[in-house]
Amino acid sequence: MEYLSKIFIILLSSILVNNFTMSRFLGICPFLGVSKRVSTAVGMGAAVTFVMAISSVITYLAHYFILVPLEIEYMQTLAFILIIAALVQFVEMVIQKMSPSLYQALGVYLPLITTNCAVLGVAILNIEENYDLLQTLINGIGGALGFTLSIVLFAGIRERLESADIPEPFKGFPIAMITAGLMSVAFLGFQGLIK
Amino acid sequence: MKVKDILLNGIIKENPTFRLVLGMCPTLAVTTAAVNGVAMGLAVTFVLAASNLFISLLRNYIPDKVRIPAFVTIIAAFVTIVGMLMEAFVPALFKALGLFIPLIVVNCIILARAEAFASKNGPFHSLMDGIGMGLGFTAALTILGTIRELLGAGSIFGIPLMGQSFEPAIIMILPPGAFFTLGLLLAFLNKLDLRKQQKHGEQA
Repeated sequence: MEYLSKIFIILLSSILVNNFTMSRFLGICPFLGVSKRVSTAVGMGAAVTFVMAISSVITYLAHYFILVPLEIEYMQTLAFILIIAALVQFVEMVIQKMSPSLYQALGVYLPLITTNCAVLGVAILNIEENYDLLQTLINGIGGALGFTLSIVLFAGIRERLESADIPEPFKGFPIAMITAGLMSVAFLGFQGLIK
Repeated sequence: MKVKDILLNGIIKENPTFRLVLGMCPTLAVTTAAVNGVAMGLAVTFVLAASNLFISLLRNYIPDKVRIPAFVTIIAAFVTIVGMLMEAFVPALFKALGLFIPLIVVNCIILARAEAFASKNGPFHSLMDGIGMGLGFTAALTILGTIRELLGAGSIFGIPLMGQSFEPAIIMILPPGAFFTLGLLLAFLNKLDLRKQQKHGEQA
């Protein structure tokens, strides 16, 4: 029972309290880059969720079954980024073969995910927090869902901003930053949820 | 191409943070204090300069098709070196920057410069480009860190400046403060640009 509640806390924390984009600043590049339309934001979120869930598990296994026995933990960064890059390529090929319609929807976002720091970030965090395999998976999925939540909300606001009368110097990135800042204030409200 | 032009290009004309808006994650995350900004900037400068130099030296040997994985491997090697050096010599800073040290690997600036500059230019110019871009990034992070530390904690580089009666605005060192500061700075730079354009328009 205690284990279950710990799993639940990890899930809640990764989605809301320690939201990747809003409070940990992971994955800001896609957050700003592909959030002009709600539909593309949903696509990016789905692709990230898919890759992050798989990569969390595989990097976990690679760490404990390859790096630790060989005593080369210092190769972690190098190993993880290569695993993620290869995995993204592999996922792209598999989806292309298995489900062309899914590939059409997610295809353009997949290569971008390699350089999404949230994917590498969650892999390293999982090891640092000493999570077990299930907790790793939950943290990966939760983090990705939190990312999706924030990017979809953000895209919704940006669509409305397009027709708004914004002062000239604030057009483009500055107003996006201010919007993200206000959203981040809202997410601060979740801080008290978990000790 | 003159060395001075390459250096200034990275620091001012194509400043990675203010002009290209690349590498946002560390920019926003670590700038809670000026000293963190400087440390992160210098770590990135080292990785940028070293990886640019090596990629430029190897550019004729790396097959075009596998260049991205090859670049990432080179970059990751230097990031590991920086991480180990910082852990050994400045453990406090290493702890403060935490997760964002290994995440230098996925900093878009580094891969962008490898792809756009180092894979097409000679080693010396690539090294200079790396240093220029790195210093531009360092400058941007230091400015952000200074503003946030001053308003959020009333000090700069840990030295209290605002006197006893100053109530620090905690929000500036919390995540929202990062977004606000960068947003306002970008708007300010746009304003300067617009004013310059207007002046040119009037003269013409």
